Amino acid sequence: MPTHSWGRIKGQEKDSKILHWRKDAFALSQWTGPVLAYGLGRSYGDSCLINGGTLIQTSQLNKFRHFDPETGRLSCEAGLSIEDLLKFSVPRGWFIPVSPGTKYVTMGGAIANDVHGKNHHRRGTIGCHIIDLELMRSNGEHLQCSLQQEEALFRATIGGLGLTGLILSCTIQLIPIESPYIDAEMIKTTGLGEFFEIDRTSDQDYEYTVSWIDCMAKGDQRGRGVFIRGNHAKGGDLRSYSKQKSPLITMPIDAPEFTLNRFTIKAFNEAYYHKQFSKLKMVRQGFDPFFYPLDAVGNWNRIYGKKGLLQYQCTVPTNKVEDLKQLFDRIERSGQGSFLAVLKRFGNIASPGMMSYPSEGYTLALDFRNQGRKSIELFHELDKIVIRAGGKLYPAKDALMSALTFQTAYPQWKEFERYIDPKFQSMFWERVSTRG
Amino acid sequence: MVDQSKLAQESNRNLRAKDKESEKEKKNPHHVMIFGASSGIALEFARPFADRKARFTLIARDEDKLKDISADLYTRGAKNVAIVCYSLDALEGSYAATKEIIKQTEAPDTVLIAHGILGDNDALMKSPQAMDLLFRVNVLSPIGILMALEEAMGERKRGTIAVISSVAGDRGRASNFAYGSTKSAISEFTSGLRARLLPKGVFVLTVKPGMVATAMTEHLPRSPLMASPKKVSRDIIKAISQKTPVLYTPSFWRLIMFIIRHLPEFIFSRLKF
Ligand SMILES: Cc1cc2nc3c(=O)[nH]c(=O)nc-3n(C[C@H](O)[C@H](O)[C@H](O)COP(=O)(O)OP(=O)(O)OC[C@H]3O[C@@H](n4cnc5c(N)ncnc54)[C@H](O)[C@@H]3O)c2cc1C
Ligand SMILES: NC(=O)c1ccc[n+]([C@@H]2O[C@H](COP(=O)([O-])OP(=O)(O)OC[C@H]3O[C@@H](n4cnc5c(N)ncnc54)[C@H](OP(=O)(O)O)[C@@H]3O)[C@@H](O)[C@H]2O)c1
Repeated sequence: MPTHSWGRIKGQEKDSKILHWRKDAFALSQWTGPVLAYGLGRSYGDSCLINGGTLIQTSQLNKFRHFDPETGRLSCEAGLSIEDLLKFSVPRGWFIPVSPGTKYVTMGGAIANDVHGKNHHRRGTIGCHIIDLELMRSNGEHLQCSLQQEEALFRATIGGLGLTGLILSCTIQLIPIESPYIDAEMIKTTGLGEFFEIDRTSDQDYEYTVSWIDCMAKGDQRGRGVFIRGNHAKGGDLRSYSKQKSPLITMPIDAPEFTLNRFTIKAFNEAYYHKQFSKLKMVRQGFDPFFYPLDAVGNWNRIYGKKGLLQYQCTVPTNKVEDLKQLFDRIERSGQGSFLAVLKRFGNIASPGMMSYPSEGYTLALDFRNQGRKSIELFHELDKIVIRAGGKLYPAKDALMSALTFQTAYPQWKEFERYIDPKFQSMFWERVSTRG
Repeated sequence: MVDQSKLAQESNRNLRAKDKESEKEKKNPHHVMIFGASSGIALEFARPFADRKARFTLIARDEDKLKDISADLYTRGAKNVAIVCYSLDALEGSYAATKEIIKQTEAPDTVLIAHGILGDNDALMKSPQAMDLLFRVNVLSPIGILMALEEAMGERKRGTIAVISSVAGDRGRASNFAYGSTKSAISEFTSGLRARLLPKGVFVLTVKPGMVATAMTEHLPRSPLMASPKKVSRDIIKAISQKTPVLYTPSFWRLIMFIIRHLPEFIFSRLKF
């Protein structure tokens, strides 16, 4: 059965291999190439897919290696999911320093995309917290990489899109928590202006900030939404929250085409916005609903039907607010709408990763139903605005950007190429590394 | 807002009660012994015991795998993990090894016998060596282990021995009767041993999994009928605590195998599955 990415793009691998043991990977040099690792396939586009060759499934490589309860340093195999990591660490009083919006990702996948979370302004990307990683290269080299040892390869592997070799294990510095709960505040915002205002004043006092934006609202109301901010709660009982639930509902099959159209999206956005009547709501909630609201619906990507969904995530520098507004206008006018639009400001903490996506600025992420040509045209227009502003797109979410767009936004890609393992290839890299 | 502090107090009290319980375990941790410890099912079986600070004796033939498992179990909280590298492919060897291991580590509280090979029926029918190995690993070695365990655990008058058989042992099918008959032998052997050890306070569990997604079935297409090793191991642990003598896991296999066992021969022998 061919593999899919989260946006339902089909992989073209000839063969696939499941890694159960670190030692299985020692035979890497003998496998027919090209090869690519596949974690939990939570990348939307084609960065976790390969054309021909062998896809290496890593999610069974999920054993712990070591934990120091004094320092909070955890070593684990690269296929361990954030879900399993948290099940282990939360009762012990530790949390993952940076988490994406789903816990169904592997550590290897998180490193390869150098993922960011709602606390980028405080802690940077996950790569900032990786102490070392164990890398297997197809020439038989088996390396321990860190800032002290094999530094260049370490930097290339963080955000290295899975192309620098196979990550077998890693050590991550966790952060201490007193409680599994988050004290969260939801503030209804009337427009972009208010978002900027609240964002500016929240940085100091809140570990986590993010905004949900209603992209269908126009004019004065453009950018209205709900600003969400929170901190780990103080005090409480760490073990009281050990019961993690599996998805409440699962979408077993692809939804029919008509499930999502402009009107249902608009109705959804309206309902979400008005769900919260008062201006400010404060709740103490478990980390699950706070960080991973979408995980409550298993396979929710299937709601978008067989053609799947496209996600657009870009960043524009902080001083390019006009371009950000243009993006909103263009999306609203297209009428192609989005179920979810998320806006967040990245801070200025630099990642060790050479190709890392986040950099200081506003990042906007939205889902689109894949409408073929119509989507391509819209995305290319958005790309133009982003590139003009000196911004970039997130490879983990991308399926459509042109080689030129990529190469303009990531000029360091040529240098990065030197570190790519010659046996590794991805559909994403084939697409964006062509020479014009 | 809910009064969090009260909730916390409440559950802290519960936890203190639990801590007292585990005081006992701390002095004399539960001893889990696993044969074929590198099996996918065995690893998932071991993990919840490690969370509860058990101590382990793991037997398998591959040292690198045993070391990685041992790191995982230690990290989760295992008190001690002893690893023994040994190829479990003969009756006398497995018997002697088990006796020696028990001598050095004491009799176990819970045992899982998990090693096994599947093989390809057509290839097996053409290779006497491969057929011989299949029966040595799947049947003779477990019997040698069980003989040694009977002595040691019967003397202590407590403990559980879980042995992984298979639904394939319920009726020989054209496509995999070689493997099926090894498992049939295990099912029958453990059935009798259960009766023999019952008065001695030792519980023998026969585990019959359907298809499980492990290295053993990696070459087969993944189907909705295939269970995860986690699900299977959870079922095994539940069956141990509820003293279910024969476990079908997942449970729907009990019905499927009931039907298959009762199909009249003239129909069954025409089915090529
Ligand atoms: C609902 C949802 C919310 C999300 N929210 C965020 C967010 O807030 N922030 C964010 O940054 N991202 C977010 N993402 C994207 C997701 O975090 C990344 O795509 C992540 O990399 C997925 O991890 P994975 O294990 O599924 O890897 P895959 O998608 O399977 O693979 C991703 C890349 O990692 C490589 N890889 C995987 N394992 C290894 C290994 N062992 N060695 C070498 N390379 C490897 C693959 O080759 C591929 O290039 C979100 C995704 C979803 C579905
Ligand atoms: N998977 C299924 O669909 C399924 C269904 C029903 C029953 N079962 C039974 O479940 C048990 C566990 O299998 P699994 O599914 O977990 O598959 P697995 O991961 O392939 O485990 C089989 C184990 O047997 C070990 N083994 C094979 N020959 C050995 C030898 N000579 N000495 C020592 N160990 C040896 C293997 O060790 P190495 O790692 O060294 O190779 C491996 O760890 C087996 O008895 C199997 O028959 C499985």
